[in-house]
Amino acid sequence: MSTTTGSSHASAPTPTSALNAARTLATAARVLRQLRHDPRSIAMMILIPCVMLFLLRYVFDGSPRTFDNIGASLLGIFPLITMFLVTSIATLRERTSGTLERLLAMPLGKGDLIAGYALAFGTLAIIQSVLATGLALWFLDLDVTGSPWLLLLVALLDALLGTALGLFVSAFAASEFQAVQFMPAVIFPQLLLCGLFTPRDKMHPVLEAISDVLPMSYAVDGMKEVLEHTDMTATFVRDALVVAGCALLVLGLGAATLRRRTA
Amino acid sequence: MMNKNLGSADPATAPGGDTPAVDAEGLTVARGPRTVLRGLDFTVPRGEITGLLGPSGCGKSTLMRAIVGTQAKVTGTLDVLGSPAGHPTLRTRIGYVTQAPSVYDDLTVRQNLAYFAAILAPGRASADRRHENVTRAIADVDLTTHADALAGNLSGGQRSRVSLAVALLGTPELLVLDEPTVGLDPVLRRDLWNLFHDIAAQRGATLLISSHVMDEAERCHRLLLMREGEILADDTPDSLRTRTRTETVEAAFLHLVDEATTTGHRKETTR
Repeated sequence: MSTTTGSSHASAPTPTSALNAARTLATAARVLRQLRHDPRSIAMMILIPCVMLFLLRYVFDGSPRTFDNIGASLLGIFPLITMFLVTSIATLRERTSGTLERLLAMPLGKGDLIAGYALAFGTLAIIQSVLATGLALWFLDLDVTGSPWLLLLVALLDALLGTALGLFVSAFAASEFQAVQFMPAVIFPQLLLCGLFTPRDKMHPVLEAISDVLPMSYAVDGMKEVLEHTDMTATFVRDALVVAGCALLVLGLGAATLRRRTA
Repeated sequence: MMNKNLGSADPATAPGGDTPAVDAEGLTVARGPRTVLRGLDFTVPRGEITGLLGPSGCGKSTLMRAIVGTQAKVTGTLDVLGSPAGHPTLRTRIGYVTQAPSVYDDLTVRQNLAYFAAILAPGRASADRRHENVTRAIADVDLTTHADALAGNLSGGQRSRVSLAVALLGTPELLVLDEPTVGLDPVLRRDLWNLFHDIAAQRGATLLISSHVMDEAERCHRLLLMREGEILADDTPDSLRTRTRTETVEAAFLHLVDEATTTGHRKETTR
């Protein structure tokens, strides 16, 4: 063999370029345009949470207080689950269809791609949350002490967290079949431990400790703060910051799974 | 551009002292435990169509991925348009089409191209130029009548043409096309080859086109014949036929394979 002078990709710097607003917006518009060709998915994303809340309202027909508690928590959990599913499948499709490789061979920053996805699905999450929150507050008599805007804020942060988790998980799924299986793996444990079924301080200490490090616990706690207090409490601010922080952290991890060079 | 069909055996002497489009020395790629490319040395001259030919599985796609900078575990030297392969500045200068069409099935042809154009030349300022480029690229691949059809509803050949159109956006100096004419009818194949020649002649672009169909080799200015991760020949079609005293490139290839097998056996035993 001839002279082997180092590695060609060691000499090729691949900096994660700073966010480019035009490319981010173009990506978000493209993702929304793709969804527009799939009206059934949009309808399901937006309507299913409303139908579930409606169902829940009459399941707890005799105990409106329970509906208040669970309903408020679910307003935070729905966007998380929907966005998790949608993002994990969408980015997996991007990986398997070869469009991701094509995009990364173009001058697109990883940050642009992720921010584009977050923006597009975030927009959808806002619509979903506004409808679900509006329905719960004004038609299903969900009794909330605090401002509905704070409910919406937590719902949006949850949607962002769902997007981040979905993006991260898609890197470990080789097929859509596997991606769907990540939902019970990643979401269900959080669902059981987040305080939806029983207060977290009543759980086994080990489980309580685990629930302390799961982001969904803070999403549900935040919703409960709004449910019980008229103004923004310190706990609410902490919860919101934890959820936002987790979302950003996982988005960062997700960005690290987007590789320009693959084997 | 100047040494077309002259049959010069040494492609490293590029005209005008210009660096070659691709310059590889000791290029080796490992995928898992397997070495897919073994110490390749070759150059691709600028402004010409270089055909990359060989049986499927011989490493053509891996070589192309290395050139566009999406292949991991590349060792040796690989310079593309004067920069190391994968350099960020190359991303607007290279057009790359994968073997499987990589487009969004749930977007129309025009929407697909408009998005990729916006990634290549973002911003409102270049909106008009983008629109022009998109319309031209659609016309180049003869899909004007299907511009508003969903890519997912097109036939296989049409979808691969959408994928090709994406690479024609902007004005790439180097086009790397992985089996762009596979599964297309003869008329379309002829039209595309005419388009490739136009791109080389009018825009001065370099094209690297892979194929496992040997009759397409005759349409290239230069050929790289590959087999099992090695380059068997780097020559013009004419001199290849002359050198091997054969009628067609296909016969020349088979001749070289037989030759390589016998010498290969000898090498293996001495190793």
